[in-house]
Amino acid sequence: MRPLNLFARRRAGAAQPPQPAPAVTAVSAAQEPPLTVAQPAARASKAKLLAEQAARSASAAQRARASRPRRDPAPSRIAYKLHRLWLTPMFRTGLLRIALPLLLSFALAYGYLGDPARRGAIYALITDLRQSVKSRPEFMVRLVSIEGASPEVAELIRTRFPLELPVSSFDLDLEVLQAEIAELDALESAALRIRPGGVLEIAVLQRRPAAIWREGESLVLLDRAGNRTGTLASRAQRPELPLLAGAGARDRVEEALALTRAARPIAARLRGLVRIGQRRWDLVLEGGVTIRLPEQDPIPALAQVIALDEAQDLLARAILSVDMRNPLRPTIRLAPGARAEMRRIKAIEMGEKS
Amino acid sequence: MTDLYQQQRAMRAMRKAALEYGVVAILDVGTSKISCLVLRFDGPTRFRESDGIGTLAGQSGFRVIGAATTRSRGVRFGEIATMQETERAIRTAVQAAQKMAAKRVDHVIACFSGGAARSYGLAGQVELASEAVSEDDIARVLAACELPDIGEGREALHAQPVNFALDHRSGLEDPRGQIGRRLSVDMHMLTVEAATIRNLVYCIKRCDLELAGIANSAYMSGLSSLVEDEQELGAACIDMGGGSTGISIFMRGHMVHGDSVALGGDNVTADISKGLQVPLATAERIKTFYGGVQATGMDDREMIEIGGDTGDWEHDRRTVSRAELIGIMRPRIEEILEEVRARLDAAGFDHLPSQQIVLTGGASQVPGLDGLAPRILGQQVRIGRPLRVQGLPQAATGAAFSATVGLCLFAANPQDEWWDFDIPADSYPARSLRRVMKWLRDNW
Repeated sequence: MRPLNLFARRRAGAAQPPQPAPAVTAVSAAQEPPLTVAQPAARASKAKLLAEQAARSASAAQRARASRPRRDPAPSRIAYKLHRLWLTPMFRTGLLRIALPLLLSFALAYGYLGDPARRGAIYALITDLRQSVKSRPEFMVRLVSIEGASPEVAELIRTRFPLELPVSSFDLDLEVLQAEIAELDALESAALRIRPGGVLEIAVLQRRPAAIWREGESLVLLDRAGNRTGTLASRAQRPELPLLAGAGARDRVEEALALTRAARPIAARLRGLVRIGQRRWDLVLEGGVTIRLPEQDPIPALAQVIALDEAQDLLARAILSVDMRNPLRPTIRLAPGARAEMRRIKAIEMGEKS
Repeated sequence: MTDLYQQQRAMRAMRKAALEYGVVAILDVGTSKISCLVLRFDGPTRFRESDGIGTLAGQSGFRVIGAATTRSRGVRFGEIATMQETERAIRTAVQAAQKMAAKRVDHVIACFSGGAARSYGLAGQVELASEAVSEDDIARVLAACELPDIGEGREALHAQPVNFALDHRSGLEDPRGQIGRRLSVDMHMLTVEAATIRNLVYCIKRCDLELAGIANSAYMSGLSSLVEDEQELGAACIDMGGGSTGISIFMRGHMVHGDSVALGGDNVTADISKGLQVPLATAERIKTFYGGVQATGMDDREMIEIGGDTGDWEHDRRTVSRAELIGIMRPRIEEILEEVRARLDAAGFDHLPSQQIVLTGGASQVPGLDGLAPRILGQQVRIGRPLRVQGLPQAATGAAFSATVGLCLFAANPQDEWWDFDIPADSYPARSLRRVMKWLRDNW
């Protein structure tokens, strides 16, 4: 009866899925019992004996466990040293407070930014942000005001440096723009600033043309220092300015202006000044009369000529030039025919006398 | 001699460094267990004089922040027999204590019971150089003690001045600054075998620890289990350990004699194991659960299951009555106590004014020992437990930890030893540079 029962139980057990075993010893005990327990139980059928037999098999399992080499409870040398290292305050602080957070943040950043799409999104976000800040109305420049410039120069600046308004003040490089504007011939200096209200103010100091210089066929305006301030289409546009000519005249504008001032009494007849051999000046008067001035002290020499002119109306006579190159010996060159005329007049005077 | 002197001084310096750092480990290398405590020193500012607490035997200054005990391995009779095993056991204990303290310890003060401790009384006498006793005079009188023949391969573990006498006045604790002509000293020296110390030093060095002090465990047990008046009036502390039984006699606050008997609780266990035919582990279990030394009628009826796993049913089902167990244990414990009695007699313990005997150590926990011991050792016997120190876990307050606790007290306020004083200048070699240095330091 009992073996049959057991057999039935075993079959049922085989049909069931295997039970999860709590430990190694329990597994062997669970596998053994059906055979070892069944036989004495069948023979003696005494509950006490069965229990003892089970206890014996359990103790056998215990013996098997005892015969296995037991794990050494002592830490290995390396574990001991690592534990001591871990308890070292400096190591611990350094690792926990510095190294680990650093490593973690690096790893996170690397993991997140490793994807190019994400990186692009971040760049786009930053660019958008920049753009939105830059294009705020507070930062926009809507107007350019040029101050201290004549309309022509203002127009020149506008055409030379076209700004697509409105433009953000972040996009304007004022220093570079200022340097470029200040390089214009007509300007002595330029100061740029952005006024509240979105106005780019260009304050320029224009060069004042002081003389006209004939360079080949073109007429160039020069300021007192000899810098170009512009060009001129015809002399008639600026009749009040003295006309200079000749190589090297540009470097001596100041001197030429002084001569012009000294020549004010004969200003009506003055046509221009010519630099000769980069050494000295010739004053050219109407009718082709020239006053040749010396290298040294030209103004007293000119004053001498003017005095002569006032006293004896020198320049109105038929002469080609007054040569003052040697101030001690002023020389007059007569116009052709004048000499004969003078001889005739002399002869008449002589004849009358005689 | 000078080698030892330097070694001990180096340990002193190490302990000073450890106290400065504030953390030091206590290591008791016993035959049956190795225990490690981690002490934190809070410094003298924790309690002020006005708090009325005082020094409290030096235990107010420290706190136990880590404690661990492990089964000892490779130690026999208090001496290291298998170095690798002992090293592993020390590592286990130190690591667990460190883990509990959450602090790394670098300095360790160790005690052990073996090495055949032997006690010597030394006496020295000098004429004072000046009127008052100076530090240098004390160094000179300590150096003037004649060293007895301590035997080949032995070294002094403790060398403590226990008594100073100035002219006809004796019993001075600290004669410095007193006026007199002739200073004499009584010194107690405890020697052990040098190889024992060397093995212990080697084991501790292998664990990456610095040795900051070394002591005899019988002395340490006396420090912790004798109360103050017992130490003053004279008492003996019997530390009944696993492998050996240590004897220390205290008088006027100092240890004046130390000895050890190479018998202990392990012998009792071995007797049970042999008598009942059981493994040592079972014998130990039976001893601790059912052991005793006084048999009563009740004990005949109390049957103890011995157990076993030989597979032989008859053998594994044996029982023994408690009276039989007591019959095995009692003769051995009597033998230990008689041996102790003999050692005490040899040391002249019966000449002491007070004959108090305190039993401590793991083997003193046998029930009924307080009835047996007075029959052999005399009437003034008590079972002692170590002093309570701050932060000590409950598991480590038993009699088995008296040497460990004593070592804590020893670390907190150490006894002056011979090597705490400078060697007097005239004991250096005549042309030594150090002699010049010393002269310069003394005279400038």
